[in-house]
Amino acid sequence: MLLAFKHTLKRMIAAALLFAAASVASAASAPRAEVMHWWTSGGESAAVRTLADAYRAAGGIWLDTAIAGSEQARAVAMSRIAGGDPPTAALFNASRQFRELIDAGLLNNVDAVAERDHWAQFLPPSILEAVRINGHYYAAPVSIHMPTWLWYSRSAFRKAGIAAEPRDFTELFAALDKLKAAGLIPLAHGGQAWQDNIVFRAVLANQGGADLYLRVLRDRDPRAIASSEFRGVLLTFKRLHSYVDAGSPGRNWNDATTLLITGRAGVQIMGDWVKAEFATARQQAGRDYGCIPGFGAHSPYIVQGDAFVFPKSSDPQALRAQQLLAGVITSPTAQLAFSSRKGSIPIRGDIDSRTLDACAQLGVAIMKDRTRQLGNDESYLTPDQNGAMADVLTDYWNRDRDVAAVQRNIAAALRD
Amino acid sequence: MIKRTLNPAHFALLPMAFAAVAVYLGSMLWTLRISMSSSRSLPLHDFVGLAQYQRLFTNERWLHSLHNLAIYTPLFIVACLCVGFLLALLVDRQASGGGVLRAVFLYPYALSFIATGLIWQWLLNPELGIQQAAHEWGFGGFRFDWLVDPERVIYTLVIATVWQCAGLVMAILLAGLRGIDADILRAARLDGVPAWRIQVSIVVPMLAYSFATATLLLLTAAVKLYDAVIAMTQGGPGTASEVPAKFIMDHLFGRANIALASAGATVMVLTAVALLAPLFYARHRARRANR
Repeated sequence: MLLAFKHTLKRMIAAALLFAAASVASAASAPRAEVMHWWTSGGESAAVRTLADAYRAAGGIWLDTAIAGSEQARAVAMSRIAGGDPPTAALFNASRQFRELIDAGLLNNVDAVAERDHWAQFLPPSILEAVRINGHYYAAPVSIHMPTWLWYSRSAFRKAGIAAEPRDFTELFAALDKLKAAGLIPLAHGGQAWQDNIVFRAVLANQGGADLYLRVLRDRDPRAIASSEFRGVLLTFKRLHSYVDAGSPGRNWNDATTLLITGRAGVQIMGDWVKAEFATARQQAGRDYGCIPGFGAHSPYIVQGDAFVFPKSSDPQALRAQQLLAGVITSPTAQLAFSSRKGSIPIRGDIDSRTLDACAQLGVAIMKDRTRQLGNDESYLTPDQNGAMADVLTDYWNRDRDVAAVQRNIAAALRD
Repeated sequence: MIKRTLNPAHFALLPMAFAAVAVYLGSMLWTLRISMSSSRSLPLHDFVGLAQYQRLFTNERWLHSLHNLAIYTPLFIVACLCVGFLLALLVDRQASGGGVLRAVFLYPYALSFIATGLIWQWLLNPELGIQQAAHEWGFGGFRFDWLVDPERVIYTLVIATVWQCAGLVMAILLAGLRGIDADILRAARLDGVPAWRIQVSIVVPMLAYSFATATLLLLTAAVKLYDAVIAMTQGGPGTASEVPAKFIMDHLFGRANIALASAGATVMVLTAVALLAPLFYARHRARRANR
């Protein structure tokens, strides 16, 4: 009996050794990717898990490095890349944020994958512009958000007696007046500089139109900034301030969304990431809340992309991981699974998006018309210019300022 | 007479000396160098002279940050010293229970302001906190909305940070109080000196060193004021409660302009040195006179 036991033990050890050897061998061959991102909230981490699963299914090993706060995450990525200890992939906004890294020769390109999968054919132009620099693909886009949706609570609209969705700014102000008269908070707004900026861009794109939007943000044209049209945009923006409540300053965007969910407020202007908040509260698009992408049949659609960049590495294993990652995250199945969790829309227009929610489908349909697509502010401005403009706007939003002075200050902020 | 020779104690201190020179002084010099370059998100080593400083002092937000700091610093230091001194007297008087009180007053200092600042934000929010509570208790006309008032928001930072730092001042002054010879106080009392006069004319002057130490610590805390702003206002409403440290951090990371941030940091170091140098000099003179 003892002998039999010894025998079994021997076999067990042998099996264990074999297993260990096999797993070491597979670890050596499976491409390991350390992926750095800032998706840490409930809905976001569920979304990033779909990417990790897809990457594992393709035979890779996913090491997750999540850092709360997009600025912090990018700062850590920057310093690790500059310090020579880069992750395999790092998340940035599809914008000018990583342009300096490219100029300094610190990023690998993924041209082979992009050409194999024909990225140029399905990527929207503004995203393509951000990831393809000097003919090389330096980032793999992963999602498209639209930052200036208008969300409204159906129950609040009912209470205030608003029958139809507002179709222009006149109707919007009429609806806001009705909400105010009904004792509700008309505009649920989080008074933080970046949220003020979103409201401003919603007005700029919808009242000013695509032409003025591009002349101000892309061309930084002083004449456009001094124009009476732009003055009108600033006045409408400021007029919206009279519809926020006293608790607005400093409020987080998701707390503002909660005001809509509980029916205490009528309207919020915010990106489509708020859908995750509605979903957590078990509310549905169309039934509990409505979404308006813009005013008019040709309203612009602002494209805010997220993309992974691939820091320079000479390790052949890291190179394989980067190539595999770029292919997996842009694949149709990964895109659908990710978008449904994240609230974004897929980066490619060539896939069946009928499984996504009503608002996302609306977005996908608008994206088909390329003339309606506009870049996000970050795709045209450096972080420094953008921040300087945000300072002027948030100051104007919160205080009594002369509009002409605001126009001058914006021109100065965008000058250098 | 002190013999100046190297002994083992000096060798033991060498690593510390190295850290002080290489790390602190080194990074200060590096910051100064970067502030004279045109660096954006990555450090560059070109030379643009004082262009960044020129840009800094035409930047409205930076000037407003300095203005805020100029309002905040004296209010914060004076309030902290007064409250801390009263707390120290209170704790000193309690024969029993003094230890408990001391712990209670020191707690705010031990907690991270990122957490307690959020609670202050809730308390001061007109629709969640004190004002709302007063309305619910029937005081409909009560107004306390400084947090969302661009003209007054800086005072809410004073209130919250005094709450945090007064305990530290208390601990320092209490140590000083305990060091005062009880016989002196007894003699004064025997002479019929009134109690308030004993405090003002005897105790406070004898605590001069403790007050100087506390002021030094408070001054450095004021100059690097950052976490309270992040937790309570994020610089808002608008840019009403912006402070220099937040300007520097924003430009260092989010705005990817490390040259401008370094220029700001250099200005802050110079300001701190300019403020602290007279204090150190006075202490040095006092010590010499005592010898």
